[in-house]
Amino acid sequence: MSNRTTAAAVCEVRNLTVHYDVSATPVVAANEVSFDVYEGETLGLVGESGCGKSTTAMAMLRLLQTPGRVAGGSVNIAGVDIMRLRPAALRDFRWRNIALIPQGAMNALNPVMRIEKQLADAIAAHADTGGRQALRARIGELLEMVGLPADVRRLYPHELSGGMKQRVCVAMAVALNPPLVIADEPTSALDVVVQRLVAQSLIRIKETLGIAMVLIGHDMGLMAQLTDRVAVMYAGRIMEIAPTDILFKAPLHPYTQQLIDSVPSIRVKKPLRVFPGGPPDLRNLPPGCPFEPRCPKAITICRGETPALKACGEKQYAACHVPNTNRNNI
Amino acid sequence: MKEVDLSIHQDTPPPRRPRDYAWLNGKLIAGAALLLAVLLFVLLGRLFWDVTLARVASCPLNLPPVGFDAPGPGFEPSQSAHPLGTESSGRDMLALLITGTPNSLLIGIIAAAIGIVVGTMLGMTAGFLGGWVDAVIRICSDAVITIPSLAVLIVISSYVSEIDIKSMGLLLALFAWPGATRVIRAQVLSLRERGYVQMARLSGASTPEILICELLPNLLPFLAATFTASVSGNILAATGLEALGLGPSRVPTLGMTIFYAIRGAAILRGMWWWWGLPILMLMIIFIGLFLIAIGLDELVNPRLRSGGDA
Amino acid sequence: MTTASEKTANTPLLEVRDAVKVYGGGFLSGGRRVHALREVSLSLDATPARITAVAGESGSGKSTLAGAVLGFVQLDAGHVLFEGQDVAAMSRNQRFNYRRSVQAIFQDPYAVFNPFFHTDHLFNLVMRRFGIAKGRKAARARIVEALETVGLRSDDVLGKHPHQLSGGQRQRIMIARACMMAPKLIVADEPVSMVDASLRSTILDIMLRLRDDNNISFLYITHDLSTAYQICDDIHIFYQGAQVESGPVDAVLGNAKHPYTQLLIASIPEPDPTRGWGTQLPPDDENNDRDIINGCPFYPRCPKRMEQCVAHLPARVSLDDTGHQVACHLFVK
Repeated sequence: MSNRTTAAAVCEVRNLTVHYDVSATPVVAANEVSFDVYEGETLGLVGESGCGKSTTAMAMLRLLQTPGRVAGGSVNIAGVDIMRLRPAALRDFRWRNIALIPQGAMNALNPVMRIEKQLADAIAAHADTGGRQALRARIGELLEMVGLPADVRRLYPHELSGGMKQRVCVAMAVALNPPLVIADEPTSALDVVVQRLVAQSLIRIKETLGIAMVLIGHDMGLMAQLTDRVAVMYAGRIMEIAPTDILFKAPLHPYTQQLIDSVPSIRVKKPLRVFPGGPPDLRNLPPGCPFEPRCPKAITICRGETPALKACGEKQYAACHVPNTNRNNI
Repeated sequence: MKEVDLSIHQDTPPPRRPRDYAWLNGKLIAGAALLLAVLLFVLLGRLFWDVTLARVASCPLNLPPVGFDAPGPGFEPSQSAHPLGTESSGRDMLALLITGTPNSLLIGIIAAAIGIVVGTMLGMTAGFLGGWVDAVIRICSDAVITIPSLAVLIVISSYVSEIDIKSMGLLLALFAWPGATRVIRAQVLSLRERGYVQMARLSGASTPEILICELLPNLLPFLAATFTASVSGNILAATGLEALGLGPSRVPTLGMTIFYAIRGAAILRGMWWWWGLPILMLMIIFIGLFLIAIGLDELVNPRLRSGGDA
Repeated sequence: MTTASEKTANTPLLEVRDAVKVYGGGFLSGGRRVHALREVSLSLDATPARITAVAGESGSGKSTLAGAVLGFVQLDAGHVLFEGQDVAAMSRNQRFNYRRSVQAIFQDPYAVFNPFFHTDHLFNLVMRRFGIAKGRKAARARIVEALETVGLRSDDVLGKHPHQLSGGQRQRIMIARACMMAPKLIVADEPVSMVDASLRSTILDIMLRLRDDNNISFLYITHDLSTAYQICDDIHIFYQGAQVESGPVDAVLGNAKHPYTQLLIASIPEPDPTRGWGTQLPPDDENNDRDIINGCPFYPRCPKRMEQCVAHLPARVSLDDTGHQVACHLFVK
């Protein structure tokens, strides 16, 4: 992991709060979420379902669907607060400055259009193409970057496997060289071998284009392999955010620890660790720390006061009253 | 665009979904209200109005409704004894509507009910069993759908000398089942792959048990929607036949009233109430049934619901 | 065919013999023929209860195998034998016994509930059919007991509609329903692929307890080798309908011999940033839909492919006396 102290932030998320108006009192799906994404880094946003990771990502793109709405906060990309953009400006801004790799690539591509045409349309809709020749060259370049053979351009989506379609989506997202790409569980529907291939194309675009990426996921293994920093979310809040190697070696938050421990290993047989309780009920959160009911280390203060995200070490932040201090394994 | 999925993964019970309140669907309520108003009109009418006035030559001829001027010379002014006027055979329009409306509804309901019962049985058998049974049923129902039903009905009803409400309904039912068969078959095809059908199999349930206990309850909203649509379709078909003079001649229906109005040159003579009132009544019934049908459709197919919560 | 009295201790609980299933390719249906099962054979002993994994990616035929064992899928050739009886040719009594003894847990804990009924419906269905308990009180006690086995309180889940329950509760109800019937075998078809990490270990733990305390064998269908490694005793790796490697889970996953098993293991992302993914990339999946009819289905993606691989499907070769078998021409002597 390179030194991030000098890198500039391409995206600053500040106090982002998302409400879902499903009942009289709104469900807070993202609660005062703040983080930066630095140039060329991959930030993982990890958590169980309902933790607010996808909500946060969609809010960053302003693609939330009703009943979800942004109740507060700002998302600054390249100095522009995306929350303040008018609809027309937003459309223009989106693909050029912040792009999305959607979850199920199978549904994201137009089934009656050749890959080449879809890529060309995606480019032409937002940028000056610079002539047919340049466009063709760019498409070839993009396909090569995600590791697809050049003749894929002549094919229709149904002629491609799931992994190849997902990689076409990756190519489409980076077509305009945006400074930031959001990848929403880009490999969740894929088999493990194909996942490896798609992951490789993500690594490739990061290395060659230096695009910063927010990777949404639930698989700690994938996070360990693909990200530079990880933000762990729970009940709409960021619980811990730290560089990946530090987070996995010495997690501060008991929830992070639990997430890492719950990944079954293929190398070492260990007794199953059963964790009590389930994900939180967003409509009925406990008054203090949302993780308190499940937390093995909870003390009295956890029940009454919600811990704020604070620095607990170099570049490592945790929202916990009793963070792990046992750091002798570093 | 995946939002927080509040219904599937979370380990806390999801909030009451919009579906729980879906019976409060506005269209459903409006449609039901319209139909209730029609039924109330018929019921109250039978109680408080002399329905024998619907017989020929029971009142003065050609009276316009109260509050309207006569359309020309030769018409007498309106009388308060006949608030909706009378027609050329001396029948009171109000009494005609009160007696004709339930008859028209009944024809539609008989035809639709038979169509739905037959269609459900065939559709479920075809959808669940598949194979050659499915092929035979599908081909038969598709073949019947392509037959121009009105033409056949005209031929049949012109051969049948005396038609009453029941035989009219039966006649229409001949062509009411294939549509229902198709709808139900398609639904069963999708439902039979559901996990709970496999679960019932694992629990040792037989095929008829699965069809009746597991699938049928889930088909009820579809059946209701298909039924309402079919009722209005059959009322329309009945009205068409009757307007050609091929309906029951002994009992008044809305369609027969239109037929007499046509024969009596009501339009030329400016007697708008003669043809206009039964058509108005039919329109109210159709709109009511239509609203109920699309309301039910939204209920079973949440994607159609406004708000896009699905 | 042996009758119940003749049954010896050696009769396996479940035996699949040379099962073949081909989808599509008919005269009218046309399209590509998909070989879902290619002469698959496996056997589960009655005692002691064991958890046997059938692992593979999508299209490996693992779900078809589950369907065949449950009697949902008719085989084109071969047999599924339950306690020595062919599932396809059972008498009424034998079928009753088979239905009671072989139960299932499915992937999607929502779809298995009929949305029209309360959760009780699932329990009542089996109560009525199999006469598990006499009378309402006894039945209720039996249900409560089964729910307690999986860590649920009956007040929380009974009398509710399925959509009022969480995914974890629903999946556990399914397990409770299965174990209430005291089956000998539970086919668990991807039981944890749709639940969160924290619930995954809960459900796997229940499976282990049922194996040890209730002597229930499991056929664990999964795409996830890690969970299989943690809870299973034996494993069969499937690729496009072929059984490429099988044996005790420690041998197969700890000392993988087949190039496909090796590729699968290498592709798993480890939750440890210091242990990088292998740099050797799997071959692209572009040739994935090339259907090898006679040869090894893994041929198009195999890094060690040879000429004879495309000619015929390699036979299973025993590597040692533990039961570790591999179907690869590299090991054919």
